[in-house]
Amino acid sequence: MSVKLTEEMLSALPDARGHFGAYGGRFVSETLMDSLMILEKEYLQMKNDPEFQAKFDKDLADYVGRPSPLYFAERLTRETGGAQIWLKREDLNHTGAHKVNNTIGQALLASFLGKKRIIAETGAGQHGVATATVCARLGLECHVFMGAEDVQRQSLNVYRMKLLGAQVHAVQSGTRTLKDAMNDAMRDWVSHVDDTFYIIGTVAGPHPYPLLVRDFQSVIGRETRRQALEKTGKLPDALVACVGGGSNAIGMFYPFLGDENVEMYGVEAGGLGIETGQHAAPLCAGRPGVLHGNRTYLMEDENGQIAGTHSVSAGLDYPGVGPEHAWLKDIGRANYVSVTDNEALDGFRMLTRVEGIMPALETAHAVAYGVKKAAEMDKDQMLVINISGRGDKDIHTIAQLDGIEI
Amino acid sequence: MSRIEGVMKALKEQNRKALIPYITAGDPHPDVTVDLMHTLVSAGADIIELGVPFSDPMADGPVIQLACERSLKHGTSLRQVIGMVKEFRKQDDKTPVVLMGYLNPMEAMGYETFAEAAADSGVDGILTVDLPPEEADDVAPLFTSRNLDAIFLLAPTTIDERIRAIAEHSSGYVYYVSFKGVTGAAKINVDEVAAKVAHIHEMTALPVGVGFGIRDAETAAAVGRVSDGVIVGSVLVDTIARNQADTEELKRALTDLLHPMREALDSLAS
Repeated sequence: MSVKLTEEMLSALPDARGHFGAYGGRFVSETLMDSLMILEKEYLQMKNDPEFQAKFDKDLADYVGRPSPLYFAERLTRETGGAQIWLKREDLNHTGAHKVNNTIGQALLASFLGKKRIIAETGAGQHGVATATVCARLGLECHVFMGAEDVQRQSLNVYRMKLLGAQVHAVQSGTRTLKDAMNDAMRDWVSHVDDTFYIIGTVAGPHPYPLLVRDFQSVIGRETRRQALEKTGKLPDALVACVGGGSNAIGMFYPFLGDENVEMYGVEAGGLGIETGQHAAPLCAGRPGVLHGNRTYLMEDENGQIAGTHSVSAGLDYPGVGPEHAWLKDIGRANYVSVTDNEALDGFRMLTRVEGIMPALETAHAVAYGVKKAAEMDKDQMLVINISGRGDKDIHTIAQLDGIEI
Repeated sequence: MSRIEGVMKALKEQNRKALIPYITAGDPHPDVTVDLMHTLVSAGADIIELGVPFSDPMADGPVIQLACERSLKHGTSLRQVIGMVKEFRKQDDKTPVVLMGYLNPMEAMGYETFAEAAADSGVDGILTVDLPPEEADDVAPLFTSRNLDAIFLLAPTTIDERIRAIAEHSSGYVYYVSFKGVTGAAKINVDEVAAKVAHIHEMTALPVGVGFGIRDAETAAAVGRVSDGVIVGSVLVDTIARNQADTEELKRALTDLLHPMREALDSLAS
């Protein structure tokens, strides 16, 4: 399916109230509305401020280490026997994932707004680490909210955040995972709204967050587009990225939305299998609803209560998804698929053994689907997998699954 | 005139203040909610805010979060909550009932179906915590066309332009959130509330109810003095949490808490 999106259509989204078609918006309690409107106004000004952009670009180059390479995975391609597989190496960024692109941008905004106290939610801990990192660098007070279950399964990242000077709050409410961390971060924000900046890590939440996270992460797709043209003289035929909230995927997809021949695949966490109900794949198996400040696809029961999710990867273990993805799904511009925990683990092992690159378990979902997809494509075609993060943080989980104590 | 408007008008004529207790429907058990509603009325409630439980109550502190969890353990649905109001109406056709909750259960039920069922069952107003007027264009008319009052929140951070716009979208009363925080926190500053409510009164003729942080007769009287009504939630819900086992004991405890607030508010009139 090819859907033609013009420059004009794309620049009109989100609309003035933060809507992407039927999705997005600003569904929060009144106390936060003023802060969100100020943030929106300031951001829209800064977006076009050359000084802000220059500072952002400089930090991405000198602190994060951008551009990240676009790497031709020759052996993986040979093993797969289909399209050429290229890897966008966001795992090589400082702190080990794409998350830092956004925290750099939002921390700059926070400094500009004079906010000294930073809060963030985190699932796998990558966004928490990336936030704690920029706070250490800028001398800002940092509080990270993390579901108590995730605190356990991502203990390495918890310790990293503490070393960086952040306070990690283990959230005991609800399902004790990412969605509950986001609830508590919102509660903290409403209680300290005057001096606190909330750095949301994913491309969801109330307007303008989906807009600014997308803009900050779009460096991934812009670089990929330029690098693909430089290295191969053409654009990729397909892009593959994992989708929890969807920040690395939107960052990869967005700069290609107008290129109608570039196919896009967002890979959700199929958990134990969509048919079991034990998954985290709202775009594949959910329906539209309202949570965490935006209307989007959600996993919920028939009464509108948010359903518990399951994924082997903490970073994908979230019942919602960014509103722009919901819109891209409905208009048919991007395809959303899922792979199971086991397939993702196979993807992890394959990339590790064949290319010597250990992906995060979140990323392993994209690897698993990318390999499957490439096998169906022609040898002269090109597929890019976004390697959104590295797998060091998941070694304990993998070892445990292998029955090994380390 | 809506039931809420009627009650507010009568109170004003008597120079009295509205006492508006909140409980979460289905807490501690769906079978006792209607009984507890009658208890609240006997203890002096003018209007009842009946909470619709939600799995992710972002604006609520731990006390109401736990109430939602207790209620949802019994599978309390929005349809059932509306059924409770219908049951309540069999014995009480005077006390207005406002459903207070989050948007998603209404969205899942379907707004039109919800509005129809709520109006048919004797619900008087809808307060949706995460629905600012900007997002209510499609939803609010479904309420107002059925004589359901749409009640919106005002906060310490709400600027004048929005106060006017929100008041314009509201009917029945507006709910002023007394401090920047979640329900159940003890942060209320009566002088600040007084100043802001006076300011709101300059911009709207609607009654202003004040909620968040009212926990006893003293705070009720202090806030009642500067507003048109007080909304009491977490302290009641906490009482429910501590008396789950014995319904009779629970009803006594709720009465012991609410009745002194009624007296304190009425003593302001003299």
